[in-house]
Amino acid sequence: MNVFVKMVSSELKLSLREPLLLFFSFAFPTILIVILGSIPSFREPSEEYGGLRTIDLYVPIALALIQAMLGLQSTPQVLATYREKGILRRLATTPAHPMALLGAQLVMSLLTAVASAALVLIVGRFAFDVPFPRYFLLFTLCFMLSAAAVFSVGIFLAAVVPSGKAAAGIGGLLFFPLMFFAGLWVPRQNLPDVLNRIGDFTPLGAGQRAIQEAAAGTWPAAIAVAVLVGYVVVFGLAAAKLFRWE
Amino acid sequence: MAIIEVTNFRKVYGSTVAADDVTFSVEEGEIFGILGPNGAGKSTTVEAIAGLRKPDGGKIVVLGRDPGDPSLRKEVGVQLQESELPEKMTVREALELFSTFYPKPADWRQLAAELGIDAKLNARFGKLSGGQKQRLSIALALIGDPEIAILDELTTGLDPSARRDTWDLIESVRNRGVTVLLVTHFMEEAERLCDRIAVIDRGRVVALDTPQGLIAQVSTEQRIRFRPSEPLDDALLTGLAEVREVRHHGPTVEVIGVGDVLQAVTSVLAVNNIIAAELRVEQANLDDAFVQLTDRKLAANGSDN
Repeated sequence: MNVFVKMVSSELKLSLREPLLLFFSFAFPTILIVILGSIPSFREPSEEYGGLRTIDLYVPIALALIQAMLGLQSTPQVLATYREKGILRRLATTPAHPMALLGAQLVMSLLTAVASAALVLIVGRFAFDVPFPRYFLLFTLCFMLSAAAVFSVGIFLAAVVPSGKAAAGIGGLLFFPLMFFAGLWVPRQNLPDVLNRIGDFTPLGAGQRAIQEAAAGTWPAAIAVAVLVGYVVVFGLAAAKLFRWE
Repeated sequence: MAIIEVTNFRKVYGSTVAADDVTFSVEEGEIFGILGPNGAGKSTTVEAIAGLRKPDGGKIVVLGRDPGDPSLRKEVGVQLQESELPEKMTVREALELFSTFYPKPADWRQLAAELGIDAKLNARFGKLSGGQKQRLSIALALIGDPEIAILDELTTGLDPSARRDTWDLIESVRNRGVTVLLVTHFMEEAERLCDRIAVIDRGRVVALDTPQGLIAQVSTEQRIRFRPSEPLDDALLTGLAEVREVRHHGPTVEVIGVGDVLQAVTSVLAVNNIIAAELRVEQANLDDAFVQLTDRKLAANGSDN
């Protein structure tokens, strides 16, 4: 079997053995939608959201949550642990490059993100009448770009921390402010304008804006796309430069 | 033909000189040992041979190529110190995954059986004992059916019987024509397995010979211990040309001498009708050779200051 495919399937198997990680990245975002959707007032159109319902706003927020869980929590921790335990160094002595393992880990995380997002969209649509995104292709591109930005930050984190524990700790610290700007506690529509302008320069804030706009059937703001591309380029390059195999 | 050539290898980390000037060559088909105290530069040297570190000076050639040459990865199997696998990966999964890395892998089931981990195929790495992890690590080093196997601290963490089984395995690997480069700090292991040994101390090769050659180099001294059946006048023994020193430890007499000292001492005892009970002869072994070789270096360094 092709080495890379074998590595991805190996990473997938390993991730299925992490029940806590699996719960938070795969089940939790959908559970959040189910809980919020069960509150009757959240299913009523609201003036302050321009006729949208609270549940309509939280579907894209749940998508950001998936990206944050995988990109800021699990991926940096797994990669830093692989380095800390000498697994990457061990691979460097075989014909398989350690880069292949990083790639396999990313592909696995992305597959999980896509599956988890599909589950959120499907449950949202059929349980709570949240329409599927308009411009589905554009929406998918925005979701992937946003994921790429968040993962770039996560890989950068894995590159600079000394251990898996440190990665988990710092990833957890980043999680709360970055998810704040994505609207997890107060949706962007309810945040003061100044906070949203700040949020536009964070990966999850810009990602949320692009995802919401594409889902609503408009072109995402150029600033949001530019910020996301900027995160991918800056953090991606810095990670590539700083990543140590041991 | 030299299969590994290390010439004036030097590696520096910041202000620490890990390897100062290391030179040796390994012949095809031999088991070559690298012996040295902790921090002597053994691991640094083999890691450079494995292509993990770039020399700061000198030259290393492996199978006629630079150690960084990617084509060497499939011909050199490496067992590293302190390298692990994902906690939740099973033994079988690790063996299968590593098999796919190589164009002509060895049969992993047979390898697992030879290393005695075939009963643990479904166990997760994190649940293995230290010895089992070590054996899996050796299996993964051999799984590509390499020309050269580099084994760093091969039997550390193994119990004595597993250690002996591993020695048998290494000999069978060599008998298949694999050249083995072995880093160890177990003298018994080096003496038993190695065709030749380089003793490294403070980043330099201080001796390079067969195990027997190393022992002969440092000492021709023998120690005889026995309990005489009646009190013994030291002068009887110290008068002998072969005897250098006589010591008493309670009822036990220790005679240190050279040449045919055993013959000389037993003759004197026989003439004087003294029976030597619990007679033991101790000859220098690799342990003594090692201590002397590395101590001599320490002393020489001390006098430089």
